[in-house]
Amino acid sequence: MREDKLISRLRHLAGRALAMAPLLLLGACQSELLDPAGDIALQQRDIIYISTALMLLIIVPVMALTVIFAWHYRAKNAQATYDPDFDHSTSLELVIWAAPLLIIICLGALTWWSTHLLDPFRPLNRISASKPIDPKAKPLVVQVVSLDWKWLFIYPEQGVASVNQLALPVDRPVRFELTSTNMMNTFYAPTLAGMIYTMPGMRSTLHAVLNKPGHYRGMSGNYSGAGFSYMNFTLDGVDQRGFDAWVARAKGSGAPLDTARFLELEKPSEKVPPMLFSGVAPGLFDRVYNRCVKPGTPCMSEMMHHGQGGPGSGMPSTRNAPPPSGGKPEGAIFKEGEEKGTAPNVTKPRNPNDATGSTAPHSHKNESMSFNLVPAAPGLLRSGVSREAAA
Amino acid sequence: MFNEPLAKIIFGRLGWESFPIHEPILLVTFAGVVVLGTAILVLVTKYRLWGYLWTEWFTSVDHKKIGIMYIILGVIMLLRGFADALMMRSQQALAFGANEGYLNAHHYDQVFTAHGTIMIFFVAIPLVVGLINYVMPLQIGARDVAFPFLNNLSFWLTVAGALLVMVSLFVGEFSRAGWLNYVPVSNLQNSPDTGPDYYLWALQIAGIGTTLSGINMVVTIIKMRAPGMTMMKMPIFCWTALCSNVLVVAIFPILTAAFAMLMLDRYVGTDFFTNDLGGNPMMYWNLVWIWGHPEVYVLVLPVFGIYSEITSTFTGKRLFGYSSMVYATVVIAILSFLVWLHHFFTMGSGASVNSFFGIATMVISIPTGAKIFNWLFTMYRGRIRFELPMMWVVAFMLTFTVGGMTGVLLAVPPADFVLHNSLFLVAHFHNVIIGGVVFGLFAGIDYWSPKAFGFKLDPFWGKVHFWGWVIGYWVAWTPIYIVGLMGATRRLRHFDDPAMQPFFIVAAIGALIIAVGIAGFLIQIFVSIRNREKLRDTTGDPWNARTLEWSIASPPPAYNFAHTPVIHDLDAWYDMKNRNASRPTSGFSPIHMPRNTGMGVILSGLALALGFAMVWYMWWLAVLSAVGLLVLSIAHTFNYNRDYFIPADEVTRQEDARTRLLAAGA
Amino acid sequence: MSNTAPEASAPVALDHEAPSFYVLDDHEHHHEPGSSTMLGFWIYLMSDALIFASLFATYGVLSTAYAGGPTPREIFELPLVAVNTAILLISSITYGFAMIAMQEGKLGGTRAWLALTGLLGIAFVGVELYEFSNLIAEGATPQRSAFLSAFFTLVATHGLHVTFGIIWLVVMLVQLGQRGLHPENQRRLMCLSMFWHFLDVIWIGVFTFVYLLGMLR
Repeated sequence: MREDKLISRLRHLAGRALAMAPLLLLGACQSELLDPAGDIALQQRDIIYISTALMLLIIVPVMALTVIFAWHYRAKNAQATYDPDFDHSTSLELVIWAAPLLIIICLGALTWWSTHLLDPFRPLNRISASKPIDPKAKPLVVQVVSLDWKWLFIYPEQGVASVNQLALPVDRPVRFELTSTNMMNTFYAPTLAGMIYTMPGMRSTLHAVLNKPGHYRGMSGNYSGAGFSYMNFTLDGVDQRGFDAWVARAKGSGAPLDTARFLELEKPSEKVPPMLFSGVAPGLFDRVYNRCVKPGTPCMSEMMHHGQGGPGSGMPSTRNAPPPSGGKPEGAIFKEGEEKGTAPNVTKPRNPNDATGSTAPHSHKNESMSFNLVPAAPGLLRSGVSREAAA
Repeated sequence: MFNEPLAKIIFGRLGWESFPIHEPILLVTFAGVVVLGTAILVLVTKYRLWGYLWTEWFTSVDHKKIGIMYIILGVIMLLRGFADALMMRSQQALAFGANEGYLNAHHYDQVFTAHGTIMIFFVAIPLVVGLINYVMPLQIGARDVAFPFLNNLSFWLTVAGALLVMVSLFVGEFSRAGWLNYVPVSNLQNSPDTGPDYYLWALQIAGIGTTLSGINMVVTIIKMRAPGMTMMKMPIFCWTALCSNVLVVAIFPILTAAFAMLMLDRYVGTDFFTNDLGGNPMMYWNLVWIWGHPEVYVLVLPVFGIYSEITSTFTGKRLFGYSSMVYATVVIAILSFLVWLHHFFTMGSGASVNSFFGIATMVISIPTGAKIFNWLFTMYRGRIRFELPMMWVVAFMLTFTVGGMTGVLLAVPPADFVLHNSLFLVAHFHNVIIGGVVFGLFAGIDYWSPKAFGFKLDPFWGKVHFWGWVIGYWVAWTPIYIVGLMGATRRLRHFDDPAMQPFFIVAAIGALIIAVGIAGFLIQIFVSIRNREKLRDTTGDPWNARTLEWSIASPPPAYNFAHTPVIHDLDAWYDMKNRNASRPTSGFSPIHMPRNTGMGVILSGLALALGFAMVWYMWWLAVLSAVGLLVLSIAHTFNYNRDYFIPADEVTRQEDARTRLLAAGA
Repeated sequence: MSNTAPEASAPVALDHEAPSFYVLDDHEHHHEPGSSTMLGFWIYLMSDALIFASLFATYGVLSTAYAGGPTPREIFELPLVAVNTAILLISSITYGFAMIAMQEGKLGGTRAWLALTGLLGIAFVGVELYEFSNLIAEGATPQRSAFLSAFFTLVATHGLHVTFGIIWLVVMLVQLGQRGLHPENQRRLMCLSMFWHFLDVIWIGVFTFVYLLGMLR
């Protein structure tokens, strides 16, 4: 049977494909993604390798057969068999459906297992392939807040905070808690672990560990507006002594991150150099997450509880309760006259030669690097969005 | 309202500042558009073509002409979308370290948003819809679609949407929130400008057109097949068109609803997707991706159909595994609804949810793989003629399998955690969209052009077009795969790591090679029209093809089939040729056809005015055009005189001409 | 025949009797144009149902996002809504009578029942507007919380559909007056009938899912 011969050829080619798999990725081997310093990222990379190899089992034969058939059955080749009515073969069709199915079953099993094992919410079960975890040791907690357009890292146990600089002790499990003030970003340090979204009013978690000391980089992986391209941070992997020294340096930096400073920092700015804060206002992360940093704003957690009580629970009627202050701009159709403003076309930088960034939050210098003039929409109460409000 | 300055009432927020008079790139573009536009207007006027264009094309309800107009729209918008692509590639090749490139964030963000929006909504969809419009009724032996006026309206609504996007280039600005206009970037606080409004109105108007067209095509396929054509004797392209249009009808309403809620947030101040007052931005992501993933299959399924038709024709064989092909298509269409969450595994849905959606995504690769094998075994023991359409098929099979593989890789959640939003992902979807959809559309254009125009397209420039795209694709996107694996993420206008720059430079060169391919395409069309007499096909069947559209004259008469064909076999025309079915040369009767109407153009013009007025807060114009839309739609229903008969003499005249041509060729 | 006859290498078994390949006695339509319209309109209704499905889903997600604002129990007036539900249900029945009259060929009866249906529709929209104006006057505006945004949008989208149904109905009354029970008009009445009953079904969903469940919450 010719079909049998074909299938055996298929099998032969599949064997060869496996050997070729790593070659394909050679081009990019010098990258933090493919040669990571963190155990989670390393395992995620292995998943990439394994699944690629699995798929090449079928991709390579298909591509080879395409070329072979296209060449062999070209019209000029008089030797090739021509069978215009060959349009069905049960055994071949069985192979056609079964071969991908088998690969997907393997891949599906791998997916199920690895997704659960590498779930960002799941506490680590090892430091690295060679180092087991101490079940009693508590992970280091780092609270991550993405601001427009910089990263704030709060170390609640150490009582310090930093902007655009993340220091992690090597071989110590870390639990990141993440949220955002306004935009959706993804927290991404390729050498440490995969991405996770930071979202306003929501909290996500990421467990990871860094195994090798060094100087790495991190970024936002999700487009979040004008300053997105420079929303990077440095990731310093240090030993425990180095970490203690870093904390001490932060403690000595003078300014604590109190509510007022946070509200200043929250305003949009770009290319912000690293900053250190000697202290953090209590519960700051929770208040960011509950969207009530500004004094007088009701917290989301309290508001959501309202109305959940049973009948006659004595909840005061809120029929006429005013909305929380400082909310949001009016809808467009309620705007009259000058309130409509004028929508300019502003693609040209006002000061293209303006130099590098400034540490002062919301410095004008930062904004003119890439032009971020959001037209001051009247009725826009949210402070800090418009340039005029900042001036 | 009464103390408003008059200018604000009339022009809303449109002012002198809204025009980009300070922006050289836009000014030069604008000048180019004005010069080109004037030239076209002058030529059309000089040769007195306005009447011809209006009566024969703009108001036409003929599915063939509407199909051609869709394709022209798609090609024009391709030029715009590709110009955006060139700008992005050059910016990313330049902007390293101290070099900021030449586009600032405000401009660059609009460029990538416009690129994605235009390429999907105003290039891919019009080209796919255009080919379906042209070919499908011919393949099922019908004389038009089920609702000819609706077809015309759908087309012009799509044009209105495209025009609104183009207007945003020169009046105000376009969205900076990504091709799906993501919140929170696009909400009123963060983008109070006109950008998201342009986006929303353009896509709502075009989206209504696409939905109506979807309904039209589904009904046409179900109700208007020639006698004898059971569902399982229907050409595979019609099957894929059916599944694609069922998907359109099922997903576009969701997009319409999502966009409508975002519009309410922006215009009325509701709290659907806001950060505060209980709004939920993630809801928007879910809704747009419930649309977004099936949309991929809306585009790719008909293209799979094109590949199947071409493979079968140029191998001179019946399609291998027709029924398994049909089942695969249906299964893909159903499964496409169960996978949307894989676009945001990293939002933290939990391991079980993520693995469910990951595995569901992989399962799609099984029927897709079966399709690839089916094409492969159609080639097996065939006699393959490597004309242009078949060359595209082979290029597709080699390119698309790689894209399929990287797609399955991205469906593994732990792998996606590191590759999500990376340039690897961007390379993946360009791999499947260029290597799958675009190649197939060009294959379809090369394949069916002789049917539409009566002459083949020039093969030399066709090869320039082909190799430009194929080589250009690989040169442009292989380096992007690699930088993705080096940890580069998408939508960045500036990079720090100098090790990546060589890859971006190579990618920019690849984009230039694709530009050569596009130029080759335009020259191919120009040269083919000039040499049309030399390339003329008088038989109506230049490829020795197998389906019904090749049984009639090229270009087909307005009524398509003088006598409705009767179908006995899947490859109906092959069957007729094989059994020497003789084409009837007499006994023609008058043919009942729908009458042309200008209402589609007028309604779409009003929709365009409504969109523009809403973007600029010109409430009076918005109210006026909305009322106009309603009144004219109602007025249209009072017109009961919507069809006419092509007299038997006219049919006889046209069919006799074909009889003579065939005799001369024989 | 064309000069590109297939180079068939495999012999093809010819049928005993040469089959016909063309409908020579072309009696025009091998399909009813009316049935295409009904199918097309039905598919449109399904796509419209998906718009409502999206709005229902959004409402489901946001139905407890009160943001400190009023809750369903505080603002919904169930008796009023129940009356409104009854009005809409009765209008469906009266539309049914209009269709029966149409099938019997009674133009006057058709128009009378349609007019009654339209009046009931206007009553429904009127009550809904009254409910909305009360809510807004009390500060329960669509801008107040995501729950209210979703509530107003879902209910108002349905109301807007009913309004369009009423406009369509008026147009049909005029067209019936002009041309009587023309086949075209009959087809349109059948489409409007599907539309009207469809809105009824949607409203039952709104009533149960939004109002009744809201009061239980």
